[in-house]
Formats: sequence, C-alpha cells, structure tokens
Amino acid sequence: MDLPDTYRAMARIRRFEERLMALKESGEIPGSIHLCNGQEAIPVGACGVLREDDYVSATYRGHGWAIARGVGLAALFAEMMGRDSPISGGRAASPYLSDASRNFIGENSIVGAGVPIAAGAALTAKHRGHGAVSVVSIGDGAMNQGNVHEALNLAAVLDLPMVLVVENNVYSEMSRIEDMVRVHRLSERAAGYGIPGTVVDGNDVDAVTAAMAQAVGRAREGSGPSLVEAMTERLVGHYSGDAQQYRPAGEVAAAKEREPLARIRQAADAELTARLDTIEAEIAAEIDAAVTAARAIPFPDPATVTEHVHA
Amino acid sequence: MSVLTYREAIKQAQADALAADPTVFLLGEDIAAAGGAFKVTDGLMDAFGSDRVMDTPISEQAIIGAAIGAALKGARPVAELMFADFAGVCFDQIANQLAKYRYMTAGQVSVPVTIRLANGAGQGFGSQHSQSVENWFLNVPGLKIVAPGSVEDAYGLLRSSIADDDPVLFFEHKAMYNVKADVPPELVPIPLGRAHVVRSGDDVTIVASQAMRRRAEEAADKLSAQGIAAEVIDPRTILPFDYESVAASVTRTNRLVVVQESSAAGSWGATLVARMAAECFESLDLAPVLISAPDTPVPYAGALEAAWIPGVDDICTAVLAMDRY
Ligand SMILES: Cc1ncc(C[n+]2csc(CCOP(=O)(O)OP(=O)(O)O)c2C)c(N)n1
Ligand SMILES: [Mg+2]
Repeated sequence: MDLPDTYRAMARIRRFEERLMALKESGEIPGSIHLCNGQEAIPVGACGVLREDDYVSATYRGHGWAIARGVGLAALFAEMMGRDSPISGGRAASPYLSDASRNFIGENSIVGAGVPIAAGAALTAKHRGHGAVSVVSIGDGAMNQGNVHEALNLAAVLDLPMVLVVENNVYSEMSRIEDMVRVHRLSERAAGYGIPGTVVDGNDVDAVTAAMAQAVGRAREGSGPSLVEAMTERLVGHYSGDAQQYRPAGEVAAAKEREPLARIRQAADAELTARLDTIEAEIAAEIDAAVTAARAIPFPDPATVTEHVHA
Repeated sequence: MSVLTYREAIKQAQADALAADPTVFLLGEDIAAAGGAFKVTDGLMDAFGSDRVMDTPISEQAIIGAAIGAALKGARPVAELMFADFAGVCFDQIANQLAKYRYMTAGQVSVPVTIRLANGAGQGFGSQHSQSVENWFLNVPGLKIVAPGSVEDAYGLLRSSIADDDPVLFFEHKAMYNVKADVPPELVPIPLGRAHVVRSGDDVTIVASQAMRRRAEEAADKLSAQGIAAEVIDPRTILPFDYESVAASVTRTNRLVVVQESSAAGSWGATLVARMAAECFESLDLAPVLISAPDTPVPYAGALEAAWIPGVDDICTAVLAMDRY
C-alpha cells in the first residue's frame, strides 16, 4: 500500500472508533467498548502483508483488526448496536467480533485465550500446506497469561506458521507494564521459546509492515512462529467508561503528537495534505453511510435467543 | 441507620477484616493502586499498604495458586478474580487444588482462601463477561459458595467468608454494586449456610438469590395485589445449602418456585427442586417449578439479553399458573 492508502486504512479505523464513542455516549451502543485509537498502524501494517486465506485473531480491542481485514463497517456498527447484524446477529458485540468469511477468527475477551486458538489455526494451515499464516494480536499485559506461554511453546516446537503481535500500549487496564514484568522488552521473551522476537515502532505503519512482512514470510515458508512487539500508546481510556486518572498529566497530549495519523500529517507537504483532507472527507461519508445502513437493520427477534447453540 | 451501597459494604468488610486480622491480605488485578475494576477495593491500599493490598499481573492461575500456598502457611488471602467468568482460566487451581487440599491431607491443613468474583448479566457485557458461574463449582466438594443478595448480607457474609477456615467462593452481582440500603451502624458477620426469609407469605415459596431475589421481591409485590402471599427466601449461601429453611417454608405453602440467573442443567436450583420433590413430596400440592435462563450463552444484544434473563413477569406467570390448580 502507498501512503494515501495506508492513511485511508488507518483513518477509516480512527473515524470508526470516534463515531462509535459518540454512539456510545448518545446511548445507541449498550455495552462497553474498548477502542484502539492510536494503535491503527498495527492492524493496518499487519493486514497489509496478509493474503485472503491467512487467519487473523485479535482481542476485545480489535475493531481495527476487523476493519483492516475488510469486515463491513455497517455490519460492525449494527453488531455493536445490538442489532441483527449479518456477522453475529447481536450475539457478539464489540469484544467478540468475528467474520468467518474474512478469515477473521475474531476477538476474544478472555485475556490471552486467543493465542492457543491461533496456534490451532496455524496447525491447520500447516497441514493443508498452502502457506497460510495465522496472525494473532494481544496486549502487553496478556504476556503474563499461562495460555500465551503454552501456546508460544507449542507453536515453536511444532514450527507453526504463526505470528504473535504484542501491541504494547504500556498499560493493561490501569497498570503499567513496567510494574508487571522484569524484562525491559517483552520481545526478549521470544528467546525463551527459541523463536525470533523483534520490537518495532507500532505507530509507524511502514515499520510495522516491514517487521510483519519478515515474520509472515518466515512463517509462510515453513520456518515457524515469531513474536513482533509493536510499541504504541492508547489515545483513549481502557474502555469507554475509563476516566484515566491513573495517567500522568500530559501523557495523552504527548501521545497525540506521535500517533500514526498525526505523524503522516506532520511530514506532509501542501499537496499531500490536500489529498489527505479529501480522503478524510470520503471516510466521513463512508462512516455516515455505514451508520445509516446499520440503523436500518432490525433488532433481533427475542424468540431466536436459543438459536446457534449447537450445529 | 446509615446508607451504604453493596459495593461499599464489600469494601467495608475487607477493610474490617484487614484491620482485625494481620494475616488477611488482598491480591488481584488492578485492585490496589486503581482500587479495582469495579472500585470495590478503592482506598484500601492507601489505608493498609501495598504488602496487604497487592496488584498482580494478569495471571489468574498464579493468583489463586499463590493464595493457596500463602494460606497453607498461615495467611488468610482474599483474591479478586474480577469477572466471575475468569474462574475458567484458573479452574484447576480452584477445583483440583483449593477444594481438595484439606481432604487429601486428612485435615492436617486448612486452606482459608476467599475468592471474590463478580457475577451476573444485564449490562450488555456479552457471553464471556456476564455469567453467574456458581453452578460450575457445585460438583466440587470442599468449597463453600456464597452469593449475597443484599447490602447487609454482602458485608456480613464476606466477614464470615474471610474468617472461615475453608475455601469460599464469594460471588458479587455486578448489577448490584450501586444498590443502596439502610443498614445498622454496627454491621456484623452473618453465619454461612443460613437462608434468609426476606418476605413471609403462606401461598407459595419463591427461592431466589442476588438479582433474581430482587425480581422475586418485585413479583411478590405484584402477586400480593392479586391476593397471593408469596414467601421469598434468599439462600445466601449456595454451598452448604440451607435446605431445612426451604423445606420448612414449603411445608406451610405447599408450592415451590425457584428462580435463577443461569441455565437449568446442573444448577443449585435444579438440585433444590429435586431435593424438595424427594423430601417434601407429601407437602407439595404441585410439581415444583424451576425458572431459569435458556440453555444458551448469555447474548449481548439488549433484545436477546432481556429475553435470556428470567423476569418479574416470568415469576408472576409461573405462580399464577400454579394458583389455577
Ligand atoms: C483472563 C482475563 N483476566 C482479566 C481480564 C480483564 N481485563 C480485560 S482487558 C485487561 C487488560 C489487558 O491488557 P493488555 O493485554 O495490555 O491489552 P490492552 O487492553 O492494553 O489492549 C484485563 C486485565 C480478562 N478480560 N481476562
Ligand atoms: Mg496494554
């Protein structure tokens, strides 16, 4: 993807999240939401190097992954509005999104639980032998889950085509990662599994793309899993109701200078700026249309509550 | 009298336990510096220090395992698991370790661990954050299970849970944290294993806990307008269950309705119904009724979640149907 396209992909996520928060505030989204404002370069960079037949898994903070994977915006809005959306019919909402048609295995609201599942998808990919790769994103705090440790070792010993992306936004809920681990870099842990581990600037979409291209390429050619730690910052609270008193004064303001969209804007000349403005206007129209389409989808019929428990 | 919320009562019980017993300490994710995801431990770290109110990594297996080990060597840990659903992550530590240690050592050692967990649907948290999971543990002898349904009970039962020498799973209902009530200025421990007759009546016995107890009380109000006097019993402790109190009531009312915020299969409600059918068969005019959620995960969408949770109308309808006999 060239610059205007990556900008568009990231802006689509940002404006989606901003609209979602507005809908939450106006009462149209019943449940709590975990937004990824500031972290957009990671799913965009990662999904940019993926094939249609690759598998993607994320956490509750995974709207960006769903969008970067091509899940329809109207379906996402409708799902979170508790409507009978074409993806999960109102059963999933913000933290359990999935779309089998996009090979989006989905989000997970149990911290770390997606990693062994992604390893299993990688196992299928390996058995099929078509070179598909399973990419799974977790947060920094999730590195302290037993699940993640077991899955990484399993993936390592089976040489599975899996890439673990650790989105290090330096907080897990209200705790700072430096208080929760005694390593400087989470990627140092990769050595403990005998797999490659790298750190990238997760706010730089090109750096993410390069690191992911290498890790995904390695997995695709059968050389096994890797860990990519992407350093980033949340521009918003852990969830929609988070007042963030635990964040030092000025932290969010400083982060706004470094976030992926601002960065592109800062380096843009007048001509590029004009193109980006046009893209923003197009995105705004796309989001408006998606919200309108979502609102046209009815709420689910309560009588269907017992559907989909078993095959 | 003073006014207290369910949340404040639980916090107060922990504060009083910390003050009363130097071996008590709290551990969990974001419970100390941040005061808890549900703010149930707010201020306790400042009051008691970070050695007694500790933040942990997101590592439920280590939290419960460490609580067990600390308890084996003389501490009285209170571990918070935040959403009760996360008990799934550390199921082994609870079911195979915590519950069995005393038995396997033939009573050489007790394991006085209290685990606090936030139960409950109704707030659009979806399938992995809305369950009431006390039933997962019914089949694990060695545990005690507590589920307070009022502000006073929350305080009194938590004090008793922490003081108890056995492992206790203490379920809080997250939709009740803001519930307020007048309570006596001096709150006291309430013994485990005793049900509470919340409201007396001679026509039908309704047994329900936590959010369902509140709905049962509402249903009882509506039914009384139609001339039906319902007795509402809150079991308060799910294990050991106070069958005697329910039996005594059923012997008088001859009708039993049990309401629970979970599926029927393998539940305390199902066990209670089976037990009363066997033990109070002669007293019962009609087959007991179990009102529970459908056998599905808790859905997100408001329209589906509302259909999933048993409602006041479901309770009234069941009682009125019985009344036609
Ligand atoms: C097993 C489990 N424990 C605890 C939680 C509660 N919880 C939800 S998000 C979160 C923080 C996760 O932090 P991190 O992994 O850094 O991801 P981030 O939210 O920053 O994206 C916690 C503790 C959970 N959902 N699942
Ligand atoms: Mg984080």
